[in-house]
Amino acid sequence: MPDAIKLRIKRQKDPGSRSYWERFTIPYRPNMNVISVLLEIQERPVTAEGNKTTPVTWDCNCLEEVCGACSMLINGRARQACSALVDQLSQPITLEPFSKFPCIRDLQVDRSSMFRNLIRAQAWIPIDGTYPLGEGPRLVPKVQEESYPYSRCMTCGCCLEVCPQFMPIRTEEDKKRNFVGAQVYGQVRLFNAHPTGQALAHERIETLLEEGGLAECGNAQNCVKACPKEIPLTDAIAELNREAVKQGIFGWFHK
Amino acid sequence: MATPRFIVVGGGLAGLMATIRIAEKGFNVDLFSTVPVKRSHSVCAQGGINAAKNLKGEGDSIGQHFDDTIYGGDFLANQPIVKRMCEAAPGIIDLFDRMGVTFNRTPEGLLDFRRFGGTRFHRTAFAGATTGQQLIYALDEQVRRHEAAGLVTKYEGWEMLSGVIDNQGIGRGIVAMNMTTMETKSFAAEAAIMATGGIGLIFGRKSTNSMNCTGSAVSALYQQGMLYANGEFIQVHPTAIPGEDKLRLMSESARGEGGRLWVPRADKPGARWYFLEEKYPKYGNLLPRDIATREIFQLCLDGYGVDRKMQVYLDVSHIPREVLERKLEGILEIYEKFIGEDPHKVPMRVFPAMHYTMGGMWVNGDKLMSNIPGIFGAGECNFQHHGANRLGANSLVSCVFDGMVCGDEALNYAKGLKNGSASVSSAVFEAEVKRQNGISEGLWKADGKESPYALWLEMGKLMSENCTVIRYNDRLKQNQDDLIKLQERYKNIHLDDQSRWSNQEFLFARALKNMLHLARVINLGALLRNESRGSHYKPEFPERNDAEWLKTTLARFESGEPKISYEPVDTSLIPPRQRKYD
Repeated sequence: MPDAIKLRIKRQKDPGSRSYWERFTIPYRPNMNVISVLLEIQERPVTAEGNKTTPVTWDCNCLEEVCGACSMLINGRARQACSALVDQLSQPITLEPFSKFPCIRDLQVDRSSMFRNLIRAQAWIPIDGTYPLGEGPRLVPKVQEESYPYSRCMTCGCCLEVCPQFMPIRTEEDKKRNFVGAQVYGQVRLFNAHPTGQALAHERIETLLEEGGLAECGNAQNCVKACPKEIPLTDAIAELNREAVKQGIFGWFHK
Repeated sequence: MATPRFIVVGGGLAGLMATIRIAEKGFNVDLFSTVPVKRSHSVCAQGGINAAKNLKGEGDSIGQHFDDTIYGGDFLANQPIVKRMCEAAPGIIDLFDRMGVTFNRTPEGLLDFRRFGGTRFHRTAFAGATTGQQLIYALDEQVRRHEAAGLVTKYEGWEMLSGVIDNQGIGRGIVAMNMTTMETKSFAAEAAIMATGGIGLIFGRKSTNSMNCTGSAVSALYQQGMLYANGEFIQVHPTAIPGEDKLRLMSESARGEGGRLWVPRADKPGARWYFLEEKYPKYGNLLPRDIATREIFQLCLDGYGVDRKMQVYLDVSHIPREVLERKLEGILEIYEKFIGEDPHKVPMRVFPAMHYTMGGMWVNGDKLMSNIPGIFGAGECNFQHHGANRLGANSLVSCVFDGMVCGDEALNYAKGLKNGSASVSSAVFEAEVKRQNGISEGLWKADGKESPYALWLEMGKLMSENCTVIRYNDRLKQNQDDLIKLQERYKNIHLDDQSRWSNQEFLFARALKNMLHLARVINLGALLRNESRGSHYKPEFPERNDAEWLKTTLARFESGEPKISYEPVDTSLIPPRQRKYD
């Protein structure tokens, strides 16, 4: 059993400055995850060389891999820091912020474009209101069981970070133009399958036919491998492609 | 009056529901959250949401749900609002079903229901074992719809620092800080709804709560004159898994689906002791949380824990894999990922962990408004509904119900206001921003010796050891002195990080001061309450004492200290009776 954990952390003071690396050595305790290592640095921010530094900035909240906040690159792999157990990582453990999203500070990045794309795709059920309107539609268990995995998407960003078609966001224009990516396809698949959600199915597919949409998927299939919730993202893409082709032909006949 | 504006602080189930209620009436909402709202702590709720829909032919009823809730809370809850909540619950489930939540289904395509603690009916609707996540996503999606329509403005990554209270004592908005730019601003509104959730971080890393559950905003209001009620009632959940950074919940639904608690028998090697089933044959593993927790805690203290450690087995390995995959996969996955053992095959090792705050900001029993007019409280951050102990799967329903009530009542309140926030002098807002900037500047300049993180862990240790499952007056007295010492040491704080850009240490240090004040409230309420009721248990006073203690604790902030008074509990609908589950 090692008596110390060695880390390399990529740091950046603010969006305008250059990144740099710092090394840390943390006393080993059993059952640590990357979060508890970062908490340790927070308490005693001293580098491996013994120099005082600032605590590392990173986003986190639930610490049980359901909120999606603590995504980062850990030994080069896009994943959540909470479920990254030290005992399962080779050392030195390398922590970097996601490379495709604008860095705010250290390991903290701006993923707000993902939420904006959910607006673009109308990723919701168009209910009339929250006043009493009786029961929802009946659903056979099979439909529920097929939809449930998609409903677990926590907008963590792993699928976009690993996608070759998703370009690094550097400007506001990039945010608008960029490939919307697998997270949006999963959600469109979810809402288009719902009896009420179907009302917007056509419009959602139309959106996916725009710039940055389905046509740009290169079928690298990295997204489905990176998804921490094992959402069948490539199934969603295949299904939506079929729908889009149908809709495209149908739309063409009506021109 | 100009078109009223509304503020919601907190983007969990309660806050989002309140936001939707106001936006769907066509009014503007400014929604504040320390995290993107989709990442709020509601995602951690696992097991389900209660409503007496009686879809299993068991004869369940709203009256039974109401009685179970009041009885489970050991008669400390004000009853009329609880009755309204139980009446609203079936409609709330229907609403989520209409919003597309992927609830588990019966073969006929109806909603499936499972059992939970403190009731003998199948009353809990669920979406796998990630129900909170599915519910908050449904509301998040609806809020996004209103955001797209221009009715909701999200302030994600902003932390509320305080309320803006005018010269007449009326709440007129809030002061908040941008957590990236560190800019402090005031925001005016006719009404502000607090939906800030629990306060688990007061117990350090020894709770199941998320990292933003500091209670800081509510504490700031308490220091501005808001009453805080029943602070001493802290729920410790029976089954969580150990962790260095937090204790992770293993949902009660594991037991609802047939999971069993056991330890190896000391007298018979190889044999198992199903300690709850033996002692409580009627409810077995589905006792209310306060009692199950005490049983596990005492058993481990007596040396019967697994490997003589503070742990017992939670076993689902006898349940068919197909059932586990359909109904419990979300939590079993957490166990496997974080512990590295497969709970489909081996029993899980669990121990109680601080989980929920029954107490919270005092709000009235009809409109859920605090004693500061214009400031409402929804969800876990208020004190209503759960009395001295919350039943499992009742928190989601109370969050959503409160969101509805607060949204509607905030609208009514604003319409009835003679003078809106626009009539308030800008000096009132400027003065509060100035006061907050003063606190911030003091912290920037602090050059003491104490680390905020180290102080936090010390507070967490004090609170976990003295203010949870078993409470003794001498220790609570000592704890009070120790907390005061921590407050003194806080004045000698320093920050390792002086950056004025996304400085998390600064924000944490600011919240820590507020956490210390609430810790004092919790501890003092516990010290004074000389009885045992629900989650509050004192071996020196082992019985419930209605004659002296059937009353709500009220904490008021006076010259830097909590001052305690009491008010009667509204027990007008169900006369208190002895609470027994065996």
